[in-house]
Amino acid sequence: MWELIRANKRNSIILMVLMAAVLLLLGYVIGSIFDPAGGFLGLTIAPRHHIQPQQVIKTNHAGLWGMAFAATLWFILMLISFLSGDQILLNASKAQRITHDVHPQLFNVVEEMKIAAGLPAMPKVYIIADPAPNAFATGRSPQTASVAVTAGLLGRLNRDELQGVIAHEMSHILHRDILYVTLAGIMLGSIVLMSQVFLRGMFYSSMGSRRRYSGGGKGGGQAQLIMLVIAIIAAILAPIMAYLLYFALSRKREYLADAGAARLTRYPEGLASALEKIAGDKSPQLTAANKVTAPMYIVNPFKKAAGLKLSDLTSTHPPISERVKILRNMSGGASFKDYSDSYSKITHHRTIIPPAALTKEDIALREAGEEAKKELRRETQMRQVGDIMRKVNAFIFLTCVCGLKLKIPPNYKAKKVQCPRCKRTLDLPAK
Amino acid sequence: MTTLIIVAVVLVLLVLFVIGIYNALIRLRNQVNNAWSQIDVQLKRRHDLIPNLVETAKGYMQHERGTFEAITEARSKAMGAKTVSEASKAEGALGEALSKFMLVVENYPDLKANQNFLAVQEELTSTENKISFARQSYNDQVLFFNNKIQMFPSNIVANTFNFGKRDFFELEAAAEREVPKVSFT
Repeated sequence: MWELIRANKRNSIILMVLMAAVLLLLGYVIGSIFDPAGGFLGLTIAPRHHIQPQQVIKTNHAGLWGMAFAATLWFILMLISFLSGDQILLNASKAQRITHDVHPQLFNVVEEMKIAAGLPAMPKVYIIADPAPNAFATGRSPQTASVAVTAGLLGRLNRDELQGVIAHEMSHILHRDILYVTLAGIMLGSIVLMSQVFLRGMFYSSMGSRRRYSGGGKGGGQAQLIMLVIAIIAAILAPIMAYLLYFALSRKREYLADAGAARLTRYPEGLASALEKIAGDKSPQLTAANKVTAPMYIVNPFKKAAGLKLSDLTSTHPPISERVKILRNMSGGASFKDYSDSYSKITHHRTIIPPAALTKEDIALREAGEEAKKELRRETQMRQVGDIMRKVNAFIFLTCVCGLKLKIPPNYKAKKVQCPRCKRTLDLPAK
Repeated sequence: MTTLIIVAVVLVLLVLFVIGIYNALIRLRNQVNNAWSQIDVQLKRRHDLIPNLVETAKGYMQHERGTFEAITEARSKAMGAKTVSEASKAEGALGEALSKFMLVVENYPDLKANQNFLAVQEELTSTENKISFARQSYNDQVLFFNNKIQMFPSNIVANTFNFGKRDFFELEAAAEREVPKVSFT
């Protein structure tokens, strides 16, 4: 277990360093291009005999200024993300913190998994009022973790499936994936931001500043052009490279979290059938998700266009069908070793689990809970989703004597309400 | 003179060795106690939930007095349990009584639709799950501790300072061997 966490931390640091390198390089190249005389990697390409000596010295440093700017940006963003990255991500996903009363089952399941995982503190529980089923975890450390699930997920899954999903998120917390995703997400965001600003700036200023760029003489203009092309290529390539780095690791983490979930719940079928349900869902995609936050979620929040191959390079998550197959193929037990064996059998790859975690553990699988055998109708599920969303948004739920359920919006000010069916007057509970 | 120094050095090393083992034993024992308190919290919670459950169900199931009595009795026995092995037995019996009760509930659709009952049921399911997850980690700790106090050389230190073996927490009833599952919903 500890080996697993250590390997994960090491990977995170390597990724951070690589990402920082991409960011700095991008800063350098962009910095160079904004210098009118054109200095790249400290070398002067343009003939400079008509430029004043002081200017030459200054221009050679332009790339370094860009680098310094990138480093400052990076440092500030790191600081912000370390201090309140989880809050930013939760706010960006429109997640609302809930108490036990809003959704007792969710709260209880999180607590159960907290006990199973031996976490030092109870994670904060959030609900995202969105009908698309998905979930994620964030936070700096296991002590300050948060788990967020969508209303769509709560409405559609039964208790065992919900337990599987929460266990998956709990494994992310336990493996220290959450800090990495938070930091890497912010860093990726800043790389994308920088290149976007540059490319757009280039595009808009290309007409007006033509003369200024070519003003330095014929040779200078040519060097400028080369520099410009290099910078544009860098600005396009950098985010792609960063994405690739980011995704390569986050896919592996998904497998590891699946393995951890099976181990915590001792019931791989729960997560498998939850993943299947989420994948087969027809509701519109999660509105609050974007490219940067996508790898946080248990399944990719973006719906694939028909015909696209799921296992393409830039996919943030391994194909769900494969994850389900691996989980279903675990017949011997629920330990990491069982998952690893199943993984090798299904994917024909070498195991992704660090060897130290592959000790022989005897963790028996358990049986399904009673609830799992029943399946609710789709309309009932959708009604539940709606109820959860209303509850999160502070609606008051009243049951009239005649059996009609009233859902009263929070902006209803009066103290009494009339039942639309039997015309009785009901008192609203004081807030 | 040299023999004296050698004897002194050996003695000091021996004392340090014993201190090391003693501290390790204390740490393990505290871990076991901590793991037990985790279970204990959940067991108490289950005891607290039962009157709620009985109160909610009573109005609907007037002809099932025997079932209620069985639960109440099992509960008071479980609450009176002093040692871990006593608790194992009593809690196992309580779990079984609850499973039987839930089977009876199947015959009362009105009760099954009652919001209060559903709420108590959810709490009870969750508590059962928490007990089973906490039990896992407690038993791991106990195994570790018991191994330590039985193996040489730590067994000498353990015997001198009266570290007793701890009991595993196994729910006795056969139905409770798996993760306790009370048939809900």
